[in-house]
Amino acid sequence: MNEKTEKLIDKKGIRSDGRKADELRPVKLQVGVLSNADGSAYIEHGKNKILAAAFGPREVHPKHLMQADRMVLKVRYHMAPFSVQERKSPAPSRREVELSKVIKESLEPALFLELYPRTGVDVFVEVLQADGGTRCAAITAAALAIADSGVPMRDLVVGCAAGKVDDTVVLDLYDAEDKLGIADVPVAYMPSLNAITLLQMDGILEPAEFEKAVNMAMDGCKKIYEMQKEALKTKYMVVKEVEE
Amino acid sequence: MSSLVTKVRLRQIEQLIEKGKRLDDRGLLDTREIKIEQGLIEKAEGSARVFLGKTEVLVGVKVGLGEPFPDTPNEGVLTVNAELVPVASPHFEPGPPDENSIELARVVDRGIRESKCIDNEKLCIEPGKKVFVVFVDIYVLNHDGNLIDASAIAAMAALLNTKMPNYEVKDGELKIKQGYTPLPVKNHPVTVTTGKINGHLITDPWIEEEQVMDSRITFATKEDGTICAIQKGGSGYFTPQQILEASKIALDKAVELRKKLDW
Repeated sequence: MNEKTEKLIDKKGIRSDGRKADELRPVKLQVGVLSNADGSAYIEHGKNKILAAAFGPREVHPKHLMQADRMVLKVRYHMAPFSVQERKSPAPSRREVELSKVIKESLEPALFLELYPRTGVDVFVEVLQADGGTRCAAITAAALAIADSGVPMRDLVVGCAAGKVDDTVVLDLYDAEDKLGIADVPVAYMPSLNAITLLQMDGILEPAEFEKAVNMAMDGCKKIYEMQKEALKTKYMVVKEVEE
Repeated sequence: MSSLVTKVRLRQIEQLIEKGKRLDDRGLLDTREIKIEQGLIEKAEGSARVFLGKTEVLVGVKVGLGEPFPDTPNEGVLTVNAELVPVASPHFEPGPPDENSIELARVVDRGIRESKCIDNEKLCIEPGKKVFVVFVDIYVLNHDGNLIDASAIAAMAALLNTKMPNYEVKDGELKIKQGYTPLPVKNHPVTVTTGKINGHLITDPWIEEEQVMDSRITFATKEDGTICAIQKGGSGYFTPQQILEASKIALDKAVELRKKLDW
């Protein structure tokens, strides 16, 4: 959040990567990309490249974490050492521990935990390249991986951030905007249930700007939601054609 | 942690909340009594103990010397750490910080950092080489719920109590002089956590309510009414309307708290 003389948004309202204020980065989703996982997905969200794999329902390890009345969801968000400019140590950082927790809590409302007592679902998220907004893209991919594994869900969960850059509330901040902007508001949303499952913020926002940012992020989520559904359909349509 | 409170009692909490009441006789949006003691650890540069109802948090601030981060060569460094020590609850175990204590520390850190309440540039001794490092260590002594708010208030109170050693730079060498100056604090972020039980919002949940609560949302706000940090937690969800309601509650409660604390 440095003060920089160069503007991130030009006079015409175009951002430094050529997008308009309410424009998403290009998103590419692929389901079923790993043969050893029960479910998997790959997302390219701008320059973010993230793999997610889901395993289960299966036995809980370590055993003492098992719950007699519900399923245990475990999530590990992890960044590859080469995913950022300066090499990141592969050991889990405090940031990764926190993100693993909030991503887990963003996915739990979508699952029928009480229907699978004494089992566990493990979701592993590997960030191969990071360019701002990785937790949101990770949630989008992780939800697809769980859906692909066949575990029933109330809805898909979609992640998308909004924030403030210069004086403008914008959608889907990329790395430079995240670092030099005023505020970042990552949101995870279940569109069919109108439920927000993750909300964080850092930076400074007026209450009205905050409201605008949340609404903008939800609109972004709805767009990515359509792509998620399409990606799921694509996988299973292809399988069908082969069988015929 | 669900074994702590019996199912009957949990249901009682839920039923009362439906009627707009709470087991400890508070209204849904009432916070517990706050008591602050400052400066009780003489060896620390700053300290404060906060009681929020029966929740008790001690924060010690140590000021050391270190190198600045390469991207902020003119600024001091802030580190916040939280320990959920085993004296505070039968559910806390000794060992390295778990996800709960890391989240607690990072949420408190975000409130302090993003509000820019510490004048970081005044902590710079020699740009790019030597700065003051402010270590904020949160020690939870008794867990009776809402650790985030109690810790955030305690951290702020401890920072307000913090003194930095006087120094001078002579021929490129740093000399610590007699006496102290107060840590330059510019504003006072206040953190308010709202919990959701069966669709009802409550502020300052205590430990038994935390067992029933499906999610919580924390807002850190500044005197000027801006929001500087947010964290949603717990395995439930909020509707967009509930989020807005919670943000209004947090802003109102912050005004109330500031009056009480004279911040």
